[in-house]
Amino acid sequence: MASISNRKRYNMRISGLGGQGVVTSAHILGSCMDNAGKYASLVPFFGSEKRMAPVEAYVRASTEPIYEVGEVVYPDIIMIYHSQVVTHGKSYTMPFYTGLKKDSLVIINTDVDVLEEEDIIVLNRLNARVVQFNATELALKIAGTELATNMAMMGMLLGLTKLVTEDDIEKAVRERFLGNSFVASGGTASLDSAIEKKFKKKEELLAKNMEVINKTFELADGIDLMGSELIINLEV
Amino acid sequence: MSIKDMTKEKNWSGQKLVSTDYLLFEAPREKHFMTGSEVTKEAIKRCTVDASVSYPITPQSEAAHLIGELWAEGYVGMYFRGENEFGVMSEVAGCAMAGARTVTTTSGPGTLRAMENFPMWSGTRIPVQLILMARGINSPLTIQPDNLEVTFMLETGCMIWYAENVQELFDMTIAAFTVAEMPDVHVPIVTVVDGFFVSHTREAVMLPADDIALHPYDPYAAPLPPIDSEMPPGRFLRDPFVMKSNYISYATHASWQWEVRSAVDRSRPYARHYLNGLAHVTGDEDAEIVFVACGTASNQAKEAHRELAKQGIKSKVVKLRTIRPFPHEELLAATKSAKYIFVPEFNIVGWLDKEVTQSLYGKSEAKIIGRPRVAGGMSMPVESILQEVFENTNAKGA
Repeated sequence: MASISNRKRYNMRISGLGGQGVVTSAHILGSCMDNAGKYASLVPFFGSEKRMAPVEAYVRASTEPIYEVGEVVYPDIIMIYHSQVVTHGKSYTMPFYTGLKKDSLVIINTDVDVLEEEDIIVLNRLNARVVQFNATELALKIAGTELATNMAMMGMLLGLTKLVTEDDIEKAVRERFLGNSFVASGGTASLDSAIEKKFKKKEELLAKNMEVINKTFELADGIDLMGSELIINLEV
Repeated sequence: MSIKDMTKEKNWSGQKLVSTDYLLFEAPREKHFMTGSEVTKEAIKRCTVDASVSYPITPQSEAAHLIGELWAEGYVGMYFRGENEFGVMSEVAGCAMAGARTVTTTSGPGTLRAMENFPMWSGTRIPVQLILMARGINSPLTIQPDNLEVTFMLETGCMIWYAENVQELFDMTIAAFTVAEMPDVHVPIVTVVDGFFVSHTREAVMLPADDIALHPYDPYAAPLPPIDSEMPPGRFLRDPFVMKSNYISYATHASWQWEVRSAVDRSRPYARHYLNGLAHVTGDEDAEIVFVACGTASNQAKEAHRELAKQGIKSKVVKLRTIRPFPHEELLAATKSAKYIFVPEFNIVGWLDKEVTQSLYGKSEAKIIGRPRVAGGMSMPVESILQEVFENTNAKGA
């Protein structure tokens, strides 16, 4: 597989369900890239804003200015936060890998194989790599809440691609949870206070999130994207 | 904190009063990473705004909510929620007639619901700012970006400016109050961005410090005096001429309509100064392929220019920053070299294509191609622009 880590421009598409923190993690990803001195922009796309409804967010990062906005039609990286995006078609683009570029990366939050035979044919033709791991279980295990699923997904992406340093990430996570300038929607605000209640202090929340991210970095280190396997399953 | 706390040096929230030139061009700036909604708050915060009325509708709800936070934090003098958009636009008119610097925000169906008010705004010469975060028009129901609603606004007598990105939204919002409040202009201004594409897109933006703000609005420099205990709202509203004689009514109405449009025209020199020109041109000066666009479509056109340049094909992008007044001179000058003019748009009717065609009629030999057009909220991939270029010109794509 051609390396995913030295492209001029990364177009990422993140698909998940309402409440999983798709938009929040897209925000943090964008901030990481910005911290790392890259040009970055992100666009969330909402349909009906409610739990379990499809949500998609798009992050662009580049070494040169980015003009384009809107949906990422031709992604280099796709992240699937919930297997229902694949199995129930809860995706704005069907099938979920529509537009995927050659030699690209897909990360799916699942511990069972969710790809159909025809998906595998297409993804093989594109020379893609599909990393599957149970991000929700990892989040539960380490942070004690499935609300950290998005951190596990984001950590896995950054661990595999090494697009930014761990310092860039920590700074972005800190800004997101300890800053007070972020409003995504009323729903996100109430979700935030729910998370905060779970962790007595915001610092504790930050530490748990970073712990999840660090664990995914360890897991990512054991993966060889240059190998010949299409699907790489990780035990958490 | 009240308006009585205002001094010559500071506004009621303690921000140092500065000129628009200082705020826009001279004050040191720092980088932030923000959405269009968040940057709307930052702009309003620096404008010594007296009043804002809101009503929630996607995608402008966050911006309206954040202006409410400014009220809670003591930066905006008064803030409340209207009953619906018709109520909101009527209420902001009341605030402005009473001499308040007033701002509101809306989107798509909200704009249409409030429609009767916009010509009333311009007719009463109130310098209200409406930040319009364009979304589709029903039916079928859509909440997604599509700027069809702008075509309904074109002949309301309001100025219409179009911001391309988060940075432009910030700068334009500040400039908009200043130009709209010029005594020889003094008409409402609609600052448009594409919903979601700008309101929800997070990107780097350079902002001046937040301890400085615009000087307050001086309503006594207005062409129509503000309401006070002796002055009813606009003499002609209380005492309409149609009640006197038809002849006086015809004459007044016709000349006033003309005057409102002349006032919009008189904004050109101010807008040229504060916006650094009514149109921005990027790309190859002598290109035969020219994209004319506004808002997000000009972003996509710039990516198309970059792709064409890689293939050795010259092109340029003319981004129109004001729609009312329409930048006729700037457009003509920028399209001199053009053989093909493409007008990419985020709506089904091609309102900008119509404006461009009308403006260049009899003045340009170029073929005007009103494509690509996407509607209903979908994105406009660069590839779709390139396809139009290869199909309609002799340029050969790889």
